[in-house]
Amino acid sequence: MTYKRSDGREADETRKIRAEVGVVPRADGSALFAFGDTIAIAAVYGPKPLHPQHLQNPEKGLLRCYYDMMSFSVGERKRPGPSRRSSEISFVTTNALMPALQLGNFPGTVVDVCISILQANAGTRCAGINAASMALAHAGISMSDLVTAVSVGQIDGQIAVDLTKEEEDYESGGEKTTDIPISFLPLSGKISLLQLDGGIKAEKLKEAIEIAQKTCSKIYEEQKKALKNIISRKEEKIKE
Amino acid sequence: MEIADLTKKRIIEYLDEKKRFDKRKLLEYRNIKIRFGISKQAEGSASVRIGKTEVVAGVKLDIAEPYTDSPDKGSMMVTTELLPLASEKFEAGPPRINAIELSRIVDRGIRESGFIDFKKLCIKKGEKIWMVFIDIYPLNDDGNLIDTSFLAAVSALRDAFFPKMDEKKEKVEYGKLTEKKLPLKEMPFMLTIHKIGKSIILDPITEEEESSEARVSFAISPEKKEAIINAIQKGGEKELTKKEVFEIIDVAIGEWKRIYPTIVEKITEAEKRPEEKIIQSG
Repeated sequence: MTYKRSDGREADETRKIRAEVGVVPRADGSALFAFGDTIAIAAVYGPKPLHPQHLQNPEKGLLRCYYDMMSFSVGERKRPGPSRRSSEISFVTTNALMPALQLGNFPGTVVDVCISILQANAGTRCAGINAASMALAHAGISMSDLVTAVSVGQIDGQIAVDLTKEEEDYESGGEKTTDIPISFLPLSGKISLLQLDGGIKAEKLKEAIEIAQKTCSKIYEEQKKALKNIISRKEEKIKE
Repeated sequence: MEIADLTKKRIIEYLDEKKRFDKRKLLEYRNIKIRFGISKQAEGSASVRIGKTEVVAGVKLDIAEPYTDSPDKGSMMVTTELLPLASEKFEAGPPRINAIELSRIVDRGIRESGFIDFKKLCIKKGEKIWMVFIDIYPLNDDGNLIDTSFLAAVSALRDAFFPKMDEKKEKVEYGKLTEKKLPLKEMPFMLTIHKIGKSIILDPITEEEESSEARVSFAISPEKKEAIINAIQKGGEKELTKKEVFEIIDVAIGEWKRIYPTIVEKITEAEKRPEEKIIQSG
């Protein structure tokens, strides 16, 4: 191994995970998920009636995701409002979450998922998906599974999980880092998000997917713990 | 026109028997036709037909300021307009999510493959660079716009010449081309694989595309005779098992190795177009 991670992490070690539920009391469900310095907040509103009415689907509810970064969350100020990048991420996030949701139970409605990045240091779409799936569960929307995402990468020929911005931009001898955001439905082991940027051989890509799955099962435990916490806190309140 | 559930069911049943409406094999591409220089005012342009699907792409070059994080590199921008001309599914107005996603898939495939040598597009470090605009317009949508658009963009880049530059004003003199081509390396090629029912297919027609549960697009380029995956985008609302993803990766690499040499041959042939581009020198 030639590349040594500057923060001393092992190749299969994520940054410090923070998972909290109920961070936006007004919302029907909400959560915060952080990979170290990357912090995402998600709020869920719905299922609620969809307007205009002609957009309603009598068979199932509609899922709408809005992902964006706060203007001050990155080095150079990001112009507020949606960009092409954020539109695409909103779209792939919708597709990543959809397989876990049982929207057939809510015909004619819409579920809005709003994801905001408070602080960015790579892996924002994955943190956003993790926060969103917890927020959806917190909102009590029927789901078959949670959704857990992580970005895996190939740095200097070696596979590592949860890359930082510095690692994403790392270049050695013309070899750029490959970045692979991926999401799993942890119970079924199915893949609902798969993107890649960089340059990688097929065998290494498969290795990266295997490592991503192992990492996601660890992240899944953190998500569950946070969701269980909020329930036990509620129970305590009722007892009081 | 949305296709009927009945048609979807029939497509899936057919594919289960390894049959397609147009008699192709599951992994067979339709006939590919590439034409260079389809619009004279563009610095580079091309039209690509895959079956009845047709996409035109044009390249325009301009002088711009570099981004602060890459002061010594040129830049590029890919835009797609899904014109109502090409399909009853498209509506007029600013690009919506399908057009944005298509542009970004093409952008990432070209950018990450290193096809354009951006360092050679620097005019004056920190001050002036060449900006490459790649604009994509489908003319007829009969499925597989992603692969067709990508090939059209790559072809238009191969067709492009630098325009003349007014050295004093440091502005482009449009309409006058130099004999200098863009600094390009070996071309990437994009393959999109669709999962319909239990089947995995390439190059869907519209009806098959509308029955598709999930798609995975791969931009692949050669490096020391090996296939390097430069970009991936999974689309579609359905999830895939890990086994399916691995199978799709193998199919992508296998088919790329098979198709790539013939594509390179076709592009090289198209490059020698008879109606020579008007090159005004001096």
